Amino acid sequence: MGLRSYIVARVLLTIPMIMLLLSIVFLVVRVLPGDPVLLHFEKRATPEAMDAMRQKLGLDKPLPLQYFEYLAGLLRGDLGKSMQDFSSVGQQIFSAFPATLELTIYSMAVAVTLGILLGVRASRSYNSPLDHSIRAFGIIMYAIPIFFLGMIFQIIFGIGLRWFPTGLRMHPAMEPPYGLNLGSLHISTGLYTVDSLLEGNIFKFLQALRYLFLPSLTLGLVLCGVFIRLTRSNMLETLGLDFVTAARARGLKERAVVYGYAFRNAFLPVLTMMGLQFAVLLGGAILTETTFSWPGLGRYIVDRINFRDYTAIQGAVVFFGLLVALVSLVVDILYAYLDPRIRL
Amino acid sequence: METRRTILASLLPALASLTKRGLAGWITVIGSGMVISIVLMTLLAPWISPYDPSAINVGPRFSPPNGQFPLGTNHLGQDMLSRVFSGGSIMLQVAALSAAVCLVIGVPIGLLASYAGGKLDKVCSLVMDSIYAFPALVLAIAIAAILGTGVVNMALAIAVVYVPSYFRIVRSQVLTIKELLYTEAARAAGAKGRTILLRYILPNVVPSIVVVATVNFADAILTAAGLTFVGLGVAKDIPDWGWDLTDGRALLPSGAWWVITFPGLMIVLLALGFTLIGEGLSELLNPRLEQ
Amino acid sequence: MPLLEVDSLTVDYRARRGNIRAVDDVSLSLEKGETLGLVGESGSGKSTLGLSLIRLVPYPGVIVNGRIRIDGANILNLLEEEMRSIRGRKVTYIFQDPMTSLNPVKKIGEHFFELIRTHESNISDEEALKRAKTILNDVGISPERINDYPHQFSGGMRQRIMIALAIALNPDLVIADEPTTALDVIVQAKILDLLKSLRDTYGMALILITHDLSIVLERCDKIIVMYAGHLVEYAKSKDLHRNPRHPYTQGLLRSIPNIELADQKLEAIPGSPPDLLNPPKGCRFWPRCPYAMKICHTKEPPIIDVEIGHLVRCFLYGGA
Repeated sequence: MGLRSYIVARVLLTIPMIMLLLSIVFLVVRVLPGDPVLLHFEKRATPEAMDAMRQKLGLDKPLPLQYFEYLAGLLRGDLGKSMQDFSSVGQQIFSAFPATLELTIYSMAVAVTLGILLGVRASRSYNSPLDHSIRAFGIIMYAIPIFFLGMIFQIIFGIGLRWFPTGLRMHPAMEPPYGLNLGSLHISTGLYTVDSLLEGNIFKFLQALRYLFLPSLTLGLVLCGVFIRLTRSNMLETLGLDFVTAARARGLKERAVVYGYAFRNAFLPVLTMMGLQFAVLLGGAILTETTFSWPGLGRYIVDRINFRDYTAIQGAVVFFGLLVALVSLVVDILYAYLDPRIRL
Repeated sequence: METRRTILASLLPALASLTKRGLAGWITVIGSGMVISIVLMTLLAPWISPYDPSAINVGPRFSPPNGQFPLGTNHLGQDMLSRVFSGGSIMLQVAALSAAVCLVIGVPIGLLASYAGGKLDKVCSLVMDSIYAFPALVLAIAIAAILGTGVVNMALAIAVVYVPSYFRIVRSQVLTIKELLYTEAARAAGAKGRTILLRYILPNVVPSIVVVATVNFADAILTAAGLTFVGLGVAKDIPDWGWDLTDGRALLPSGAWWVITFPGLMIVLLALGFTLIGEGLSELLNPRLEQ
Repeated sequence: MPLLEVDSLTVDYRARRGNIRAVDDVSLSLEKGETLGLVGESGSGKSTLGLSLIRLVPYPGVIVNGRIRIDGANILNLLEEEMRSIRGRKVTYIFQDPMTSLNPVKKIGEHFFELIRTHESNISDEEALKRAKTILNDVGISPERINDYPHQFSGGMRQRIMIALAIALNPDLVIADEPTTALDVIVQAKILDLLKSLRDTYGMALILITHDLSIVLERCDKIIVMYAGHLVEYAKSKDLHRNPRHPYTQGLLRSIPNIELADQKLEAIPGSPPDLLNPPKGCRFWPRCPYAMKICHTKEPPIIDVEIGHLVRCFLYGGA
């Protein structure tokens, strides 16, 4: 098919999905309960106050017009205004996002690394007690509520052993890393680990890692089960394929066979799975951030729920959805690029 | 009570026969055992709890597990053992209700859309895929935040998130079976679409639905716990493991580990039980082909 | 000393449903430079036998009895390390389906480099490249295509590449498992001719595994016929052709179409191969044998020397 045409087709497919997604969110927040403003105030305010809010947020206009403005606003990058103080939801989201991004990246790294290592190991001793134990491990981990595991870790490592902090992103007395300043150009990613390295501050880097450790371990452990299962089954299938036996028949070392032949062919589905799991990871981040007081999007949503700030919730949900759609698009294209059968 | 007893009575011989089917059979049985025990425990809670789980100050606050309170007490002086016995009730109700909704909505739509094909299929698939692509918890939170608290609302929020799973599995099965020769033969013999759907396709789809349902039960329980944790669960006066975990969080620095450990463990066991049933059934129904 | 000696080899597949005896007490020997044809239907155990010779019987297969000696040394006693140094270098294997035997994500050149590097680690890059290109040329593939991927070649060409990989390190023994079954007839002949010419050049011994007796009649020195895991006939190719003893062999010969005969009736062997989980009692061939006697239903026939170098497993020749 050719890479270029594949990309075009894939992007075109994403557009209706995103439209649908945005519409669903709109429906859920504006149409389902009827009146988000009413819910916000929980009937404890004057009609005038409610009308004022409606006006300020544009919620008094007819529904079709609201839908249009909603879509138009999104094209501009406007995610609405918070019900709490009418400040830009988009602004709040963008400032909270890097923390979640960092957590997601490290958790994904933990999940994939553990998943691949254990999955490959399990596949090499098919049907042995080790194989069964590894599979059981993956299944059990997934059954543990994320916040429960997080709290257990907090008890053991944070309070008990005092090896790691139990919350927040950086020591409260320290300034967060600010990145690199090249003359008038300021480079910062919002990711503490990256920024502290850009700054050249190893101490901050280590601190950032310390604070990242428990939350990403928690989220990564719970989700590694999927990767264990996928890697294992792919490896088993690939290890049984002709070209693997043929490689063995040429006397290649087992390591070369497992990683050079079996794994390289089994890896591509792992990549796709990473894209799929990204969505699950974002969901899990909400719980992890709440447990560890991690100042990211997840905690932002939970806060907004407590405030009954529906426009903010809507904005955040839309943001999550768009993010997931984007990631899955990128992963699909990457997959097509890496598989020489599609590329050529 | 009587119907429950008869259901259990017929389940037990069925389970016993499963043990003869190898490792997968045993896994299913163990999982079922776990689930049944917890369900029984929850049902019998009013009779076996030493104290009223909602009654406060039945004992000294924050007391660690001891003779009188085997699982300790929490910050309100409530007996943790009693709370553990009754705490699963909400979760089970929510999971069951959401599964019921998913079955009633997801399966028929899946059957119709995939059998009919064409535009209907494309539209339904697009909608379902969009929901499916969404982070489950985020969507559930959004819906639950709007709908409010309560068992029904939680169940609806969770149901919306998981309907696509049912839809997809039904659809993939139907598409496969549709192409098989015996449906062609039936059609050639003049059978009506509805008959084909009900008599040929549906019976073959049922096993997969059962597997998806059990896995979704486990997910529903974890999602329900998650919703409670972020404050979107049921009212606080009902004993619930999720609430114990949420409240227990504040107690951690003081070292009261027992408040979260036992309810948390119960959630794990319940979710694990359903997952094992799903794993076992999946293996039994679609055995991995050996040479 | 013969290059290869197999003594009473027995290989089982231990499946959940039961035990399948894929190779039952098979013995053979092969001298340097000889060709052996291993003939049988699918399920006869011929592929399993072939794979046993390099100890790559797939799970759940187990070699339960016997000896396999290469240059006198029993390979069943070797460590995996030592076995690996034999594979690809001293004894090589050509697989049946060329479409799936090459690694789709590696270039052809990489296949060669890997092979050469593994067995001769001191060789330089240029030397390895030269060798790879030479061999590709020998099998009829343009050396410029060394950087192409497997899917860019046709089935016949991929099989040539497999053959090239199999002779790259000048092995003593090449085992070709149905090398032409997956290819169309015209390409089949070309591949077989290629194997023959390579043999003439390099002088290696060859075991040709196939279900098609006609292929091996002219190209092999010796032929073994297998049925349901048993060795049923073993003779020099000429003797087998002129004087086939076992009813199964006779049936196979009769079913070879002969283009020169004007109105030849194609005779198939009636019946089908047995279920190896529950093989028939006695001689495994009796349900399809036109000469089956009472004793064939109950006892397994032993292997009998009908003349020097010609073995048959059949009660027609004694052993009752």
